[in-house]
Amino acid sequence: MLILDIKDLCCYFGGLKAVEKFNAQINKNELVGLIGPNGAGKTTVFNVLTGIYPPNYGEIFFQGENIAGLLSYMITQKGIARTFQNIRLFSGLTVLDNILIAYHFRTKYSIWDSFVRNEGYHLEERKNRKQAMELLRLFDLHSYRDYLAGGLPYGEQRKLEIARALATQPNLLLLDEPAAGMNPYETVKLMELVKKIKEDFQLTIFLIEHHMQFVMGICERIMVMDFGIKIAEGTPEEIKKNPKVIEAYLGEERKNAQGK
Amino acid sequence: MQILMFAMINIIMTVSLNLINGFTGQFSIGHAGFMCIGAYTSAYFTTILFKAAHMSYFPQLLLFLFSLILGGAIAALAGYCIGLPTLKLKGDYLAIVTLAFGEIVRSIIRASDEIAVLLKNIGLVRFAETISKISGPRGLSAIPALSKFWLVYLITIVSVLIMRNFIYSTHGRACLSIRENELASETMGVNTTKYKIIAFSLSAFFAGVGGGLFAHVLRFIHPDNFSFIKSIDYLIYLYAGGMGSISGSILAATSLTILPEFLRVINFQQWRMVVYPLILIVLMLRRPDGLLGNREISFLVPKREEVE
Repeated sequence: MLILDIKDLCCYFGGLKAVEKFNAQINKNELVGLIGPNGAGKTTVFNVLTGIYPPNYGEIFFQGENIAGLLSYMITQKGIARTFQNIRLFSGLTVLDNILIAYHFRTKYSIWDSFVRNEGYHLEERKNRKQAMELLRLFDLHSYRDYLAGGLPYGEQRKLEIARALATQPNLLLLDEPAAGMNPYETVKLMELVKKIKEDFQLTIFLIEHHMQFVMGICERIMVMDFGIKIAEGTPEEIKKNPKVIEAYLGEERKNAQGK
Repeated sequence: MQILMFAMINIIMTVSLNLINGFTGQFSIGHAGFMCIGAYTSAYFTTILFKAAHMSYFPQLLLFLFSLILGGAIAALAGYCIGLPTLKLKGDYLAIVTLAFGEIVRSIIRASDEIAVLLKNIGLVRFAETISKISGPRGLSAIPALSKFWLVYLITIVSVLIMRNFIYSTHGRACLSIRENELASETMGVNTTKYKIIAFSLSAFFAGVGGGLFAHVLRFIHPDNFSFIKSIDYLIYLYAGGMGSISGSILAATSLTILPEFLRVINFQQWRMVVYPLILIVLMLRRPDGLLGNREISFLVPKREEVE
């Protein structure tokens, strides 16, 4: 079953064609990777998907609904959550508050309720805190509950960002370089975690990553971008052998060989 | 006694400014404009429209409370109208707009005579008469002394409590997340524009209430009472106390209001303008986050039940 259907997506910055006619289909419960050299437009695809940039052209169907051009918060409320390449936590707030903010749009009490602190307020707050603690425990972050998010070790911050994205209860999770800056041990741990949350939450995951072992190890399907255009798509095995991909990453083989 | 009342009004003003500048992370320097709107609205209501001075005690009190809320509501409305187009601006740009807003409010009231003449010329005599009663450039005098000490005290407590409750709710957390990282906040499903406007209007509301109280303590208001300098005063209280700390705002607003009077008592008042900046300089050098940073004194933090 199709969950995300991107049709002819284009995003230009002035004369720069950051994303040009990008097409992609992602099925429910799939784990798809997006790779490509630096500046290929991968993050721009994510930014357009989450409404940070409006697309210049094209349609994005998420669960059958066109979400192209909607504002970020609306897209999140429809069920797409993301993490960022450079961590964007609410670093001056506690770990628990970071998670609670993700519950914000599901919290039902009004501003008036919060002034007078009536039963509705307490009920919702209790519910949210309980859910947040469960989520933190799943990520092994519960002991950091009252720490400032900015004070956590790097790896834990990455984990917290994923936990916070999950707290919005998405159907599709976009991970932008989750393994960036992690050591090999942490990367393996992260791979296990990503697999686990995919099973536990019945998620569809779309991720950008440079770490090839990571991508080849967990993705069921991989898309490759270069200069804003999708140049290849297939299983990890197919991608490894695809001449176009090798060319994009290593330059054209024969020409270089002759030059030497 | 009057000094204590001013201190409490300054507490309301500073805590409400904290809602925008400290908690939502926007930079507004036109807070006196909202205060001005609140002061003139409620003073107009009690002094000119209803002549509250000749009323018996109880209706007088009710009328005053109503006028305060009305003043707050009109200030909030102004905040909403200002916030709607401008809150997409960031940092310095928003500061300039809010600064201009404060000055526009002041100038309009100063020009009330001219506006009255204008209205008379185009045939709206009744409006012209009402407007001319504000007597902008001469100041509005003979306002009944309705701000009793206990009343100011009560309103301050209630206002601070409401603002605190707001901060420690999901709506307040939405505002905090805007301060911390607007983009991330947006991708967490927070409608950031909406919450900026809510914070702005709420802040303007309490500034309006504070202005209403102020008018009825001083009993005479003039547009120049609410100049840019007044806004700067509140910014100083805010920074001295610590951005994002309600307790800090309370502490700084109180102590910096009482300080000049204390200097007068020890016969040191000619050095007031030396002592005051000196304190600020030392504070900024030693504690750049303000007295309390963004910490809170524990009794201001609502208890929350432990969840395991």
